[in-house]
Amino acid sequence: MAIPLPWWLTVAAALFAIGLYGVLSRRNAIGVLLGIELMLNAANINLVAFWRHITPQALTGQVFAIFVIGIAAAEAAAGLAIIISAYRRRRTVVVDELDTMRW
Amino acid sequence: MTIEHAVQIFAFIILTLMTLGGGLAVVTSRNLFHAALFLVLSLAGAMGYYVLLDAGFLAIVQLLIYIGAISVLILFAIMLTRGLMMSGQVQRNEQWWIAALVVFLIFVVLVVTLWQTTWPIAEAEALRTPNVAIAQLGAALVGPYAIPFEVISLLLLVALVGAIVLAREEGNQPAQADAETGE
Repeated sequence: MAIPLPWWLTVAAALFAIGLYGVLSRRNAIGVLLGIELMLNAANINLVAFWRHITPQALTGQVFAIFVIGIAAAEAAAGLAIIISAYRRRRTVVVDELDTMRW
Repeated sequence: MTIEHAVQIFAFIILTLMTLGGGLAVVTSRNLFHAALFLVLSLAGAMGYYVLLDAGFLAIVQLLIYIGAISVLILFAIMLTRGLMMSGQVQRNEQWWIAALVVFLIFVVLVVTLWQTTWPIAEAEALRTPNVAIAQLGAALVGPYAIPFEVISLLLLVALVGAIVLAREEGNQPAQADAETGE
């Protein structure tokens, strides 16, 4: 293998950290969702790298990654529907202003 | 170092610049539309990673679903929720500095841990290019992984129905159904 496993994992960890920063620091709800998608991609890169280097003869890694992509699609659809519905009621998607459920 | 290794390393560097650079642009861009487009760039970099890791089918799935469907969905939602605060305003909340610190610490912990772990890498014969045909993946999805396959189908159905119900316009009540519908 040209690129050893720890380098793949480092790239995935960096992408995860970047996505986590997006989730924690964005003001727009859709910006938070973009960070979540980055984190899911980082997990997928991890899965496929582990599959390729540790168990290349089994299919579990790729199947798991396909399921993660499917779950990401479902979560993006549901999350965006919530955001659109909240925008219709409150005319804002800034997460600080969507606060009717706070104490 | 063979030519193939050199090409792989070069591709890895270019793809890392795409993925991580696109990711940084996603989380720091002021224009939300630009952030969504940079997400497409980052996802394309991840697709290149899958090709480099000999997971060709997964790369095409990533292209079709992530870039082709999820990104377009996000762009539509951005256009539908275009409010007064769209362009030029600061997109960081006031806790961004502690978020950056925490995220950096998490990254350092992850990197230190993974570089010190001895991974059970497979033997050299198994590491040669695996021949995972699409037929094998299909057989796995309806064979050993049939139950997760059904569960995720149910999940997608529930998410679809839920998204429709949530994003429905308020005033449009469903038309009064006749007594003999669906016969």
